[in-house]
Order: sequence, then structure tokens, then C-alpha cells
Amino acid sequence: MNDQVLFWIFAILAGGGAIGVVILQDIVRMAFSLIISLGSTAGLFFLLDADFVAATQLLVYVGGTLVLLIFGVMLTASGPFRRIQMSSGETFVGAAVGLLFFSMIAFTVIDVEWETLKGSHSPVTAAATDETGSTSRAIGLRLVGIAADTEVGIHKDRGEKTGYLLPFEIVSVHLLVVLVGAAYLARAKRQETSEATGGDA
Amino acid sequence: MDASLTNYLLIGAVMFVCGVVCMATKRNGIAVLMGVELVLNGANVNFVAFSRHTSLGLDGQIVSLFVIVLAAAEAAVALAIALNFYNNYQTIDIDRGDKLQG
Repeated sequence: MNDQVLFWIFAILAGGGAIGVVILQDIVRMAFSLIISLGSTAGLFFLLDADFVAATQLLVYVGGTLVLLIFGVMLTASGPFRRIQMSSGETFVGAAVGLLFFSMIAFTVIDVEWETLKGSHSPVTAAATDETGSTSRAIGLRLVGIAADTEVGIHKDRGEKTGYLLPFEIVSVHLLVVLVGAAYLARAKRQETSEATGGDA
Repeated sequence: MDASLTNYLLIGAVMFVCGVVCMATKRNGIAVLMGVELVLNGANVNFVAFSRHTSLGLDGQIVSLFVIVLAAAEAAVALAIALNFYNNYQTIDIDRGDKLQG
């Protein structure tokens, strides 16, 4: 009962925030709408027993990525560029294409029998959590390459113990390279302008 | 439980479609980035919902963690590019970035 009420609150906030991002014209309001949408998505993750993913969503996405986006909004949204209007024809075509696309996905989702995916196993996430109900220990073990012992039996028929050490390392190096590259991209222009102004002087 | 999975998938579909429409129709570069974030987040909702309601297990949650990290990396690089674009063109309107059009 409580879960249902919470689900509908978070679902309406997440969907409404997403729709607000599309409909609103002011870039600052779009950013606020996106914060609402992504924050409510973290709430949905908590309802799905994914506590670690939900905490990461709040910390990294809402706390980091969106703040970065809002910095971009503040640095670029000056004067006439805060609102860039679309023509009404574009708005109509966009709404029509969006509604058609959504109805296609929605009919597919409703028609498919998802029950067959469940297999003979009970919900695995519940089995993988420790006695405190937290998934962070199992996820941490997987990220260092050890499949959590409670789940080994599920993959035994495939003869594999899946861990995620290599993807974890690849993502780590990728993030490092990306951050160095972003810092370089953001710095290069500034040096160039200081040289240009120095040349002018 | 099945109806609940369908509900989560529909929420993911709403976010995905909103992101695609946002990417396609907005002319502000930062708004296009917001559309990309919405698309990735809709995919994340699907991953976590399948992780809870099917025999996928924790793998779905770990993939969604990777998606979150890659989204952060993408936002950092794309924002640096957007700021450089703004410095060069004095606008963030992506229709003005047509120098390679010939």
C-alpha cells in the first residue's frame, strides 16, 4: 500500500519532470525540471530495492552531473540566448513524433508477456542482499571480480562465474582520460585568448 | 508484480521519448545535453526494473552503475565542447555551428 503510493508519487514526478524538460522554453526552468526528474528516479530505484544504485544516482547524477550542466547553463545563458524559440510547426511535428514513438513503445511494453522472463528463480536481488537488505556488498564483490556467493548457483548451469573487474578498470581509465581531456578542452581556449590579447597589446 | 514491472517500463519509456524529442527539437546546446541525460536515465530505469523483477539479478544494477559513470564522463566532455563553441560563436544555438557544411 505504502509502496504503491510512493511509486505513484515518484513516477508522476519523474515523468512530469521529463515532460517539463521538453515543454518548457526557459533553459533554467528546464534544468530545474531535470533535477526533479532525476531525483525522483532515485526514489524509484529505492523502491526497486536498488539502494546502492539509488545513492549513486543522487550523489553522482544529481549532485555532480547536473551541477555541471547548471554551470554550463549559467556560463552560456546570457541575454537573448536564455530562450531560443522554436517555430510552431516544429513544435507540432515534435509533439506528433513523440506521441507516436511513445505509443509504439507503450503498446510493445504492454503486449509482451514479461512473466516468462522471470524463470524458475525467485527474485535474485532479494537473495543477493545480506541480512541488512543492502546490495552494496554484493555489488562491490562483483566489481572486484568475484561473483557473490549467493548467486553462484544461478550461473552454474552456464559454467561461469561472472565478475566485472575488467569493465570496472576500463571505465576507471576512461573516466580519468575523459576528465583530463575535459580539463584540457576547457583550458586551451583560455590560453589562446590570453595569447591573443597579449598579441593585441 | 508483473503490472508493476510494466509500470516501471512505461516510466522509462516516458523519459526516453522525452529525451529523444528534446534532443531533436531543442536548438540550445545545453538542452540537447539534457535530452541525452534523460535518455540514459530512462535506460537506467529499465535496467534496474528488470534487475528486480526478472532473473537478471544484480547484473542490471551494475550495468546501470556503468551507465551513470559514462553519463558523467559524457557530460564533462560535452560541456567543455559547448563552452568552446560558445566562446567561438558567442551563442549556444546549435544551428549556427554549420562551418563544416561547406
